[in-house]
Amino acid sequence: MSTATETHTPVPVRTPVLLRRPKKTTGFWSWFTTVDHKKIGILYACTALIFFVVGGLEALLIRLQLAQPNGNVLTASQYNQLFTMHGTTMVFLLGMPLSVAFANYLVPLMIGARDVAFPRLNAFGYFGFVLGGMFLYSSFLLGGAPNGGWFGYTPLTSTPISLGALPGRGPDFWTIGLIIVGIASTTGAINIIVTALNMRAPGMTLMRIPVFVWMMLVTAFLTLFALPIITVALIMVFFDRNFGTAFFLPTKGGDPLLYQHLFWLFGHPEVYILILPGMGVVSEVLPVFSRKPLFGYPVVVFSGIAIGFLGWGVWAHHMFTTGLGPVAISAFSLSTMLIAIPTGVKIFNWLATVYKGAVRLTTAMYFALGFIAMFTIGGLSGVSLAIVPADTQQHDSYFVVAHFHYVLFGGLVFGLFSGFYYWYPKVFGRMLNERLGKLNFWTMLVGFNLTFFPMHLLGIYGMPRRTYRYPSGFGWDTLNMIATIGGFLIAVSVLIFIVNAIVSRRRGAIAGPDPWDGRTIEWSIPSPPPEYNFVEIPEIQARDDYWHYKYTEDDDGMLVPLPSGGADNVHNAAVTRLAAAPTHPIHMPSPSFYPLLVAVALPILGYAAVFHSKWYAFVLLPIGALTLAFGVYAWAVEPATADEETH
Amino acid sequence: MATIEQAPPPSPPVPPGPPEPAGHPPAGTGTSNTKLAIWLFLSSDCLFFGAFISAYLLYRSRHQTGPTPKDVYSIPFTSVSSFVLLMSSLTMVLALAAIQRGDLRRLRIWLLATALLGSVFIGGQIFEFTEFARKGLSLDTNLFSSTFFVLTGFHGAHVTIGIIWLISLWGLATQGRLRQGDAEKVEVAGLYWHFVDVVWIVIFTVVYLIPAPK
Repeated sequence: MSTATETHTPVPVRTPVLLRRPKKTTGFWSWFTTVDHKKIGILYACTALIFFVVGGLEALLIRLQLAQPNGNVLTASQYNQLFTMHGTTMVFLLGMPLSVAFANYLVPLMIGARDVAFPRLNAFGYFGFVLGGMFLYSSFLLGGAPNGGWFGYTPLTSTPISLGALPGRGPDFWTIGLIIVGIASTTGAINIIVTALNMRAPGMTLMRIPVFVWMMLVTAFLTLFALPIITVALIMVFFDRNFGTAFFLPTKGGDPLLYQHLFWLFGHPEVYILILPGMGVVSEVLPVFSRKPLFGYPVVVFSGIAIGFLGWGVWAHHMFTTGLGPVAISAFSLSTMLIAIPTGVKIFNWLATVYKGAVRLTTAMYFALGFIAMFTIGGLSGVSLAIVPADTQQHDSYFVVAHFHYVLFGGLVFGLFSGFYYWYPKVFGRMLNERLGKLNFWTMLVGFNLTFFPMHLLGIYGMPRRTYRYPSGFGWDTLNMIATIGGFLIAVSVLIFIVNAIVSRRRGAIAGPDPWDGRTIEWSIPSPPPEYNFVEIPEIQARDDYWHYKYTEDDDGMLVPLPSGGADNVHNAAVTRLAAAPTHPIHMPSPSFYPLLVAVALPILGYAAVFHSKWYAFVLLPIGALTLAFGVYAWAVEPATADEETH
Repeated sequence: MATIEQAPPPSPPVPPGPPEPAGHPPAGTGTSNTKLAIWLFLSSDCLFFGAFISAYLLYRSRHQTGPTPKDVYSIPFTSVSSFVLLMSSLTMVLALAAIQRGDLRRLRIWLLATALLGSVFIGGQIFEFTEFARKGLSLDTNLFSSTFFVLTGFHGAHVTIGIIWLISLWGLATQGRLRQGDAEKVEVAGLYWHFVDVVWIVIFTVVYLIPAPK
């Protein structure tokens, strides 16, 4: 309903003042009511990094347990909770929101907009994500965390509590928590699509928008269509556990395979939801540090779109060992190999971009090149898993763990770290320390490969996933120890990054508007950008518009800087963009309490659902419902821009 | 792609009130932000119902204990309530046409009529559910009942949200806070309402009319 309300209320009369509208846009409390896409982007990034640390600590505990045979660090039950929450956290609370953080901050800046299409919905998306994450983690205190794997396979997760397949209420928290996070992600996806399609500056045609925006657009469409499918699967699991249905219980005729189909019909597009933003980031970083335009922009864009479409036709390769039959298996094996083509095309485009470029090896460039190398290894092991006989051998072994960590850590995390080093100066106006950055990169690269490369071998030697201890004598001992040491090296690397980010915030070198000699228009405005982003909405003349303000080519195709201070219009326009203060009032959306309020209602209703058989559910339900109703109505009648600011 | 910028379609009437934040170009797709957003939400919702309908189709003839679809369905009754729901789409169109003309009196009438017809449909569904329960078909009876109740239940929840939305618009209209310039608010609610109707057409056909294979 909220989507209906972002247009202006025509008559400001008789707007009921139930909560006085917040006005402050600075200070601690302003972060709770902000609708500024840049502040929300920073909130997303900080929160996702906190979840990254938490998920990382869970991984370290897992690695400690597995460091030696017959590990005694964790019990089986604790191990189950930790690997479930590690996966759930890294996918839903790190990967997706950190990509959204970049999208939130950058999409409006890159397309020449003042904010996203629905600023309050944007705030709601953030609060829904953080409260959904806290809801999931509160399960540790309320009878045990989710313990059925991040994929939550049935009938293990869907067997009613009374039958006791899994102890505790973990799967209930898991289903409801993911539905809450999913609602938030869906609103975020709608916001990004509408912003990228509708809010572009004049002249910013679709084939001129930066590749990062394109990739986020594809990601948002995937999110939009994938999440309702898992929502249905989660609802069914919840009903099976609590209301006596048997959707996935074979004892009463249900089909656990239906769950796997629904889950992976979401789950495989989800993989592309996680990797496409990383691809978008390196497509921005590589051209800037090679001083060349991206090689084959249209091909990169169409490859991304092709991945978006093909991503829907490969889900059953997660189910090769379930007995789907030769025809289905062959089809999905082929479609899985097919998706390697657009992915490979992109890799060659990136290499061709760097080829013969004037390469500057900054930390951002290191991470981007690391992305290409690590992601290629992950992609190749992915193609080997597409071959059914090999997959049947490797299924549920550590080979698969190695594969998807090369894709998601080597891909997404390396890509987003590249983005951190590249855009941090834009966000905070100061440079991240390059020496710490290089240290961050090398420790991460070495730690990452120490951790996950041995897992290929462990998988080939037959070590199964999700087992909390293993006996010695299988040849797994040394490799596991190496993986654990690597895991701690990654932790050191992340620590270096956090120190770098905190220290550079105050002590880093002043960045200036354009520290990297950038190509896209976010570098044409001050760092950090003013609240309204652009004093004048720019008129876009070309792809990599800002580059053409700075350089032209001579007859031999060599770059020639445009003289600064010249009388040409182009230069004047560039100066205008950097002007300190606008010459006319710029109306920005006003802060609001209601996105937070509506988001708060979701976990309250979530607790009511999880504890529906307890008396306090009947207290929580009306509280949640009233909060939701009040929040939605107040939001609906509240104009996007406060009255006093419009005059 | 470039044609989108070259020929912007005529924009809808600009609502009176504070101006748009300065400088935004005409909408890149020619569809307003709000309408684009509701279309995207509805496309997402298609997958939601699609997944439930798929589950229903997969399970409809499996392991039947207790009443089967044949035992409980009353096609004439459900046809009437389906007809009522479809007629509500007509009144919804009339409501939109009224506000676009600036006829606020008819707007209020047709909004209320749409909400009433929707309520009749929901009443019919409640009657149907209790009737089924009386015949021994409850949520946990068999796979048919589980998939049926969850699918139609979530559809009913969608209709209920639509009714609340329509009544809220009607409330705004009676206070004089919904004017000709706000036609898009009615249009967006209408898109949602028509979508819920279309989903019901699919459910009625697939779930009620097509017999389960042996």
